[in-house]
This record gives sequence, structure tokens and C-alpha cells, in this order.
Amino acid sequence: MPQYKVLPGPEGYLPPPAALMGVELPEEGKALVEGETVSESDAVQKIARKILAAKNPTIFPGPLVLWAWSETACKKAQLVRELAAEAGMKIIPMPDYRPKYPMINPAVEINPNHPNLTIWHNKIDVCVFIGVHCHYANVALKIIRGGTDCYTIALCGEYGHEDAMITLRDVTVAKLEALLAVVRETKRKL
Amino acid sequence: MSKRITEMCPALNDAMPTEYRELVENGPWLGDKTVKDLGTFKELLEEHPLCAGCNLALSLKIILSSLPNPADTIIVGSTGCSSLGFMQVGIHNIHSLFGNQNAVATGVKRVLSMRFPDKKKDVVVMAGDGATADIGLDMTIHSWFRGEKITTIMFDNELYANTGGQESGMTPAGRVAYMAPLGKKFPKINLFEIAKTSGCHYAVLLTTANTVRLGACVKKAILLARDVGPTYVQIHTPCPTNLKIPPEESIKVAKDSEKERYAFNEYVSEAAKSFLENTGNKK
Repeated sequence: MPQYKVLPGPEGYLPPPAALMGVELPEEGKALVEGETVSESDAVQKIARKILAAKNPTIFPGPLVLWAWSETACKKAQLVRELAAEAGMKIIPMPDYRPKYPMINPAVEINPNHPNLTIWHNKIDVCVFIGVHCHYANVALKIIRGGTDCYTIALCGEYGHEDAMITLRDVTVAKLEALLAVVRETKRKL
Repeated sequence: MSKRITEMCPALNDAMPTEYRELVENGPWLGDKTVKDLGTFKELLEEHPLCAGCNLALSLKIILSSLPNPADTIIVGSTGCSSLGFMQVGIHNIHSLFGNQNAVATGVKRVLSMRFPDKKKDVVVMAGDGATADIGLDMTIHSWFRGEKITTIMFDNELYANTGGQESGMTPAGRVAYMAPLGKKFPKINLFEIAKTSGCHYAVLLTTANTVRLGACVKKAILLARDVGPTYVQIHTPCPTNLKIPPEESIKVAKDSEKERYAFNEYVSEAAKSFLENTGNKK
């Protein structure tokens, strides 16, 4: 069976979870790009190029970086802000996971239960998830792959997300700083 | 949960939707808010898709303004009109399968007690009469038998409103509804009496006619459930859509029902009485 590629959709209603199609989470120090295991530095380079080349890149910070749970959360939030400014990304928050349909305003927030509305409404071509709890990130990434052609990137504090087109695992403050540095460097070269 | 948890990371504060910023800056957890303070703080429910004149929506608004500890409260809802409102409530809430709400609340309460033994966490079930007294009756009563420390609030609109108006066990005898043209053949279930004999330490029967009293009773029920045992609040919420009540008259209908068949009735167990006396929380 050919290896399943995690590519932009729309893949149709109910796309299969990438895990069911044989995509495994990356080992420590590795990352996934479109379903294939690569080195973390390669993935970081690819993320930088993707967001800098996008027409309307957007970052979706979730509750883990929006709310002041800890000093680390606040530091990550600061880096999210800097990354967005550096790469010219819009910030659309996911403050909680209530299914606020039909009252959600897709121009100002995103909800994991219908993330496609926010993607469509804002014509987002590349999005970055950060600070979203794993189970909701998985749901949202799959819906986006199913219904839109948006390129998804997941910066995960745990083991990564195989349903994203690019995913980094164990994203700490230091890794975010490294990503920001690569974005700055890539931007300078463009 | 402390207020610290309801603060935002400064770097992303301005990216948050306005309603969240207002909740953090002027939400119900800042000070001891009651129904009387409505209009002076950002409420947990401001927009909802329920019908004009809905007594359930009014009750929900009053209940949410009366939670003794909103930052540490978890609501468990069920299928029905009320579930349409919960989506807009700015507080933790769980939608359970139709009728399962008291079983789900039991699990939530027990796990919270294990996970946060030193904290007061309130679990409040809010469901309609169909979920509480028909489909979920066994879950409701067994949670009372077991003495689970949860509050059960029933919005009693006396029929299945959001599916078109079928009769429920709480529909009064003889009532004709859109989907029950022959009229109810048996009397309304007396869940208030059942609650008293099933282990509830506090049970109250009331309407939306007196909003301050409704708020006070809800608060009392939640505080007693936290420390004494199960409590039950039954609120008459006449449905303007199914009962063809003009929206502007729906509170009048609730007031009229309180004078007749839905008179205020409150039961407090001996254990609850002594708790209230000891804590000076008699009112």
C-alpha cells in the first residue's frame, strides 16, 4: 500500500484519521512533514517557508497559551505574538472549546467544532495551531483537511499531531525561539 | 480555580474576543454577585437562540447570576431547549446524552473530589422535564438514593418543547399539546415529593415570578449540595411557543401559576437545617 500523504484537502466529508492510514507520530527529536518523518530542523525550515510564502497565514493560539496558567504560558504567548509580527500572520484565538454554533463570529475566533467556518470566512491558506489541547486539535485538523484547502501546521507541546501537514513535537519556549530565529533568517534571504 | 486562571496572557490579551476580555475584567466571579446586581457585570449568558419570552432562558440567566462560585462550577446539561442555551454560557458545561445527566454529573463530581480534594467544586445538573423525569428518571433518582453531592435543576415547561410539543410525564392531566391532541391521560409526576423521599436534603418548587427568591434558592441548593447531600430545584418555565403565550405575557403566566397549582414549596431536611444554622446561611 502506498504511504498515505497528509496533504491539503478538501479531502471530503469524514477524511480518515492519518493514524488509521499508517502515519505514526514522530520520535523524540523528529517531526512530520505531510506524513513523513523528517528531522526537526528540516521541518522548522519548511514551516518558515510555508508561512512566509502564504497569502494569508494565520496563527490559532489555543487555551494553553491564551490563558495565564503559568509563566511558561505567558512566555509562549509573547513568542506567538513576535512570530505573528515577524511573519505577517493574523492571530485568531481559540479561547475555549464550547460549540458556540451558530453564534460564533468566525472573523474574531475559531472553534474546534467548526474550524472550517473561520478558514473559509478569512480565506486562510496556511494556519498554525499552538496551545490547543490534543483531542480538540485532532478534531479541528481533520475537519480542516476534510473541508478546506488550508495548509495546517501544528506546534505541539506533547507528541505532535499526525493530522497536520507539518507538526513539531515537544514545543518548548526554546524551540519557539529557534523557529522565530529561522523565520527571521528565511525572511532576510527572500 | 483561582481568579489567576481566568487571567489572560498579556501578550495575546488584545487578540481575544471582546466578550472574553469583559468576562475577565468584569465577570461574575469578582465579588459576591446576586440577581440584584444584574446589569452591573458581564453575565455568563447574554445571547442565546431560545424563543422570545422563554421562561427557561430567564431562569437560566438568573441561575447563572446566582452561582456561589462560578469559576469552580461545572454544569451538566442534557438534550432539550436548555441545551441550546448552554452553548453560549461562558462557563464549563458538559452536554450529556438524553437522560444521562445525573450519571455524568456523578462521575464529574467524584473525579473532581479526588483530583481537587481541598477545593470546592460545584456540579450542577440543568435539564428539562423530559430529561429529568422521563428519559432520565432512573439516573436522577438513583443519584439521590446514592446521596451524590450534586444539585439537580429541572426546567419544567411541562412538555417536550423543542421537538414540537409532545406530552411528558410532567404535563398536567388533560393538557392538549401540538403533538398530543387527545390530551394527557394521567396526572403530572410529583417529582418534588419523590425528591423528598429519595434522599434530597433540599427540594424547592418555584417559578420565575420572583427572580430574587429564585436566585436565593438556587444558591442555597448549590451550597447544601456541596456540603450536605443532593438537592433539587424545580422551576416552572411555561413555554410561550408551545402554549401560545405572547412573549410579553410569559412572566405573568408564571406568576398566575404560582398563585394556583405551582405554589412555592420548600423542603429542608434536618441535616440541611442544622448546616444552615451552623453556617448562618438560613436565608
